Amino acid sequence: MSDNSLRLVWVYPDLLSTYGDQGNVLVVERRARQRGLDVQRVDVRSDQPIPTSGDIYLIGGGEDRPQRLAAERLLRDGGLERAVSNGAIVFSVCAGYQILGNEFVNDMGERQQGLGLLDVVTVRGEGERCVGDVLADIDPQLGLPQLTGFENHQGVTHLGPTAKPFARVRLGRGNGTGDGTEGAYNDTVFGTYMHGPVMARNPQIADLLLKLALDVNALPPADDRWYEALRAERIAAATQPA
Amino acid sequence: MAGNTEPLSPRAKLAVTAGKAAAAVSRAAGRGSGSVIGGRVALKLDPDLLGALAQHLDVVLVSATNGKTTTTRLIAEALRASGPVVSNALGANMPAGITSALAGGGDAKYGVIEVDEKYLATVARDVTPKAIALLNLSRDQLDRAAETRMLAEKWREGLAGSKAVIVANCDDPLIVWAASSSQNVVWVAAGQEWKDDAWSCPSCGGVMQRPGDDWYCAECGFRRPTPTWALSGDHVLDPHGSAWPIRLQLPGRANKANAATSAAVAAVFGVPPQVALERMYQVQAVAGRYDVVTFQGRQLRLLLAKNPAGWLETFSLIDPAPAPVVLSVNARGADGTDTSWLWDVDYPRLAGHPIFVIGDRKLDLAVRLDVAGLDFRVCETLDEAVQLAPPGQIELIANYTAFQDVRRRVGN
Repeated sequence: MSDNSLRLVWVYPDLLSTYGDQGNVLVVERRARQRGLDVQRVDVRSDQPIPTSGDIYLIGGGEDRPQRLAAERLLRDGGLERAVSNGAIVFSVCAGYQILGNEFVNDMGERQQGLGLLDVVTVRGEGERCVGDVLADIDPQLGLPQLTGFENHQGVTHLGPTAKPFARVRLGRGNGTGDGTEGAYNDTVFGTYMHGPVMARNPQIADLLLKLALDVNALPPADDRWYEALRAERIAAATQPA
Repeated sequence: MAGNTEPLSPRAKLAVTAGKAAAAVSRAAGRGSGSVIGGRVALKLDPDLLGALAQHLDVVLVSATNGKTTTTRLIAEALRASGPVVSNALGANMPAGITSALAGGGDAKYGVIEVDEKYLATVARDVTPKAIALLNLSRDQLDRAAETRMLAEKWREGLAGSKAVIVANCDDPLIVWAASSSQNVVWVAAGQEWKDDAWSCPSCGGVMQRPGDDWYCAECGFRRPTPTWALSGDHVLDPHGSAWPIRLQLPGRANKANAATSAAVAAVFGVPPQVALERMYQVQAVAGRYDVVTFQGRQLRLLLAKNPAGWLETFSLIDPAPAPVVLSVNARGADGTDTSWLWDVDYPRLAGHPIFVIGDRKLDLAVRLDVAGLDFRVCETLDEAVQLAPPGQIELIANYTAFQDVRRRVGN
């Protein structure tokens, strides 16, 4: 991070912002400001170049055709890969997560090349679409509390040797592989299937990204009252289905 | 083909009778109006019943993400100027509910039918409508609904061979994509505040350019067609350039847009715009929506908003700050069980309003408003929210089942 200003880049809201994904951007932005950081938010449309000097990049979920277009344009642009090699942090959700992998299946049923920033491959699930509330334990190495979210995807994502599972599901399907993994991460690149949006239900993830960007171990406390109330309610609802 | 020139076949008659009996049983059992179950029984006995019932009618279908129930009401009022109308006015908008409504049509000349987005192509094939009104398409219930562009594509394929006059909103690129394969389209500039489902070209996927009210794709040339009808402030401009004043009891820009589309539809049926628009003034509340009720000695205006586009239009019609606002959100089956869409709603526009939050998912809303930096209070019940609200008419905005809950509580 240069000077005292955090550069927060929202990648392709015109294509990948179908599931309230703006929420993740708003939560990271808000929690950074609450810690006294100056935030420069940059929304990059898919006909604009991806800036390579951002600190945190957020990529959301989208429908099948926009996903194909986003992957084509990101690959052609090359900016996101350069940003990651500069040490940038990337957090991706659902369709965005699949794009960061090595390969996914697009809306025409074809295998399409991803950005290769996460060692994962996504295929189309044969079973029912994964839809519903999820409860999962995040990799203990990341030091985060339980993950709560809402999943809604057909893809099944297989992790390769250099990708670590982001979480292990207690309830829900996660990566859909049947091995209980949810999402993937590798150094500063993260992917998850969790909507909600995920930061609204798990503000600690926003804080993790801020700590990585600032290279600090702790942040001043923020007012988490409403987040905590929502978390408690969603975790209780997931464990006691109606 | 208006008027009962051809009687129903014996099979269709039997199906109608059986459907009415099932509806009566359902009503007696306290399960609502019974219109859906009645229609389902009838359709099972005679799958062609919908077409047979519609055969004697001049039909207009109305579909959209938002505004279809209201527009159906407005068109029905307008067409009554020229003959009796049968309509599924209560919003039962899938084939069973439509069949049931038409079966009760008596000697109606016109059928004004709201159709669920997913069933438009099927119903259009079954009833051979004279006109189809297409208002808007945007994200709604993403945990189970079809993707918006896929829906537009399905409409496009389904309507390609239709002989109906398509009355379509030229300000919504998805609607234009859906309608533009048809031979006979009347374009209405009805406006569309929400733009976030049409940034990529429905035809080629290029990035849409949207200067002012115009829109076009720089890559393939797909662009906004020239309208023959337009909403212009408080007036409807007809194809001759005459401006007709809109006088509605219903509030808001979106309802003026619905009135403009309805006037264009009425013209297809030979009802001139001044007659149509005058009749639309009759419409007050539509299934409780826009109704002002008294509750605990306070005035509450009941507003339904089911998705981000709907909330956006609703924010533009409420009284300015400091009018108190009560927001209620549920996430039951009929609402969609994913609340992520709350983050697509432009809540910062409520700054300055005292805000009270209720509903099953009040905590999702609380986090949303907290992150937006708004002041709000979370309440357990509608009663509590109303007691805490400062003076003035309360604007109550709720999504689908939350709205039903509120109506029940206030005895609407």
